[in-house]
Amino acid sequence: MFSEADLVALLLTLKLAGISTLALLVFGTPLAWWLANSQWRFRFLIEAMVALPLVLPPTVLGFYLLVSFSPTSFLGQMFEAVFGQPLAFSFTGLVLGSVIYSLPFVIQPLQNAFVAIGTRPLEVAASLGASPIDRFCSIVVPLARPGFLSAMILGFAHTLGEFGVVLMIGGNIPGETQVASIAIYQHVESLELASAHWLSAALLLISFSLLMIVYAANPKARVLRWSR
Amino acid sequence: MTLDIKLTSSVNDFDLNIDLSLNTSKVTAIFGPSGSGKTSLLRAIAGLGNRKNASISFNGEVWQNHSADNRVFVPSYKRKLAYVFQEPSLFEHLSVMVNIEYGAKRVSADQEGISPEEAIESLSLAKLLQRDVNTLSGGERQRVAIARALCSKPRVLLMDEPLAALDDASKKEILKMLVTLRHQLNIPIIYVSHSIDEVARLADDVVLLERGSVVTSGSVQSILTQLDLSLAHDSDAESIVDAVVAAHDDEFGLTYLDSKVGRFSVLRREFGQGEKVRVMVSAKDVSVTLNRQRDTSILNIFPAVITEVKEAGPSHVTLKLDANEVVVLASVTKKSAAIMRLEVGTSVYLQAKSVALL
Repeated sequence: MFSEADLVALLLTLKLAGISTLALLVFGTPLAWWLANSQWRFRFLIEAMVALPLVLPPTVLGFYLLVSFSPTSFLGQMFEAVFGQPLAFSFTGLVLGSVIYSLPFVIQPLQNAFVAIGTRPLEVAASLGASPIDRFCSIVVPLARPGFLSAMILGFAHTLGEFGVVLMIGGNIPGETQVASIAIYQHVESLELASAHWLSAALLLISFSLLMIVYAANPKARVLRWSR
Repeated sequence: MTLDIKLTSSVNDFDLNIDLSLNTSKVTAIFGPSGSGKTSLLRAIAGLGNRKNASISFNGEVWQNHSADNRVFVPSYKRKLAYVFQEPSLFEHLSVMVNIEYGAKRVSADQEGISPEEAIESLSLAKLLQRDVNTLSGGERQRVAIARALCSKPRVLLMDEPLAALDDASKKEILKMLVTLRHQLNIPIIYVSHSIDEVARLADDVVLLERGSVVTSGSVQSILTQLDLSLAHDSDAESIVDAVVAAHDDEFGLTYLDSKVGRFSVLRREFGQGEKVRVMVSAKDVSVTLNRQRDTSILNIFPAVITEVKEAGPSHVTLKLDANEVVVLASVTKKSAAIMRLEVGTSVYLQAKSVALL
């Protein structure tokens, strides 16, 4: 079955996906809210940027991340100055990469859910004395719950399936940056097909179960429809 | 309540130019055809939507000011008002009861106003409390929305055509509740409508809007009977007479009402003696005679003097009658007016074939 290294890779993958999803929720929710409500005429620029990871080869994304993580870059230097270790080939670097890579998968369900709520319930709540934060917690969050669930699961599942970006910025350090998809690639390269089978099956099962939950929770919603 | 509003805006060829001062603790109807700016005015008062070029102050408290050196905008949630929309707009993730309590939970306990229990009683919602809001009918939903608004203990209640989207039965039912509530509530209500019937039943004052500006304003009795306004030569022109319940007549199943015009007889209704009521007299149902008719089945006959005659369509004229300082409109054919020589100053008897008691 799983070797210890495989288990470590699998756990690391889950940890990466979990932390990335959490970060995505924290930063993605306000961004999605802004995108859903902004009247800014250049909003489309931000929307296009958020959607980029959907179409860009992960290697392109990974390449630019690698360049900006390098110890000679501003970001790389800043990070090293603050945390005393390089950003490239670190778990933190992977989290950062995953957040960018999975951003559209979190933003779009949230944005769609927010748009679907419309302004009326919020106007009613405002006229009844609810402050903006109160309105967000008491009206938006419960009404957008399916959207939040989809965003979380899609963000998580998509991060599980990350390969190209990790390959570029993470390398293959067991316990630090060797995630399951990379480990599978390694196994196949070394012709350890049985191990590759086990890991692949594990990822397949997890991903399928997660997607099943998304669709079961949103029987009518078109979760994976990107157009609004 | 004093509410001063100055509002100017120009969006897509629609100019809004309103300068209005409301000074009332009762029901003010904003009346006008669709597209006259009623909703824009109400939303500006509530502080909803685009911040128009507006100056609004409520009881001396500045809600919005647009002068260059002193910009003020009090957000809606701090204005302590409530807004009932044309669509009930209930919170679909909350039960009826939690919807009703939404505003109540966000208002300080010492604020004066109606409690959820009283609102539930007034709008007969007791049986609906545990229901999922998605299973309610349109009328039920709007009743919940009204209760929800009242429970936030607003200092002023804004209603934007709350009955316009409902079926006739619900309209009638809720209108009746509103008429009762009007007396119970101690807060001013600003009621947007384009239904003469609703205005006649509910309003004390009327502001008439047309194409984004105020045409006139005044008491409902005077506005409804001003012959130079569109309201009065409409086919469903009405006049309103304030009356007091004087007595019930069990033998004939009638209720007698005393008013300045005289004593009205109406079909028996369960009102307490001394209760103030509003009698609505439709111009179509009023005919005039030069002498007091004795041999007629009509009960409500009162002396009056014609103060104005105005053409209303090809075959009719509308008469404005002064019945002991109360204005009553009568619609008669041009032919009758010519034969009877009806003109300003003629003394007549008005006969009201039927009157509605509100």
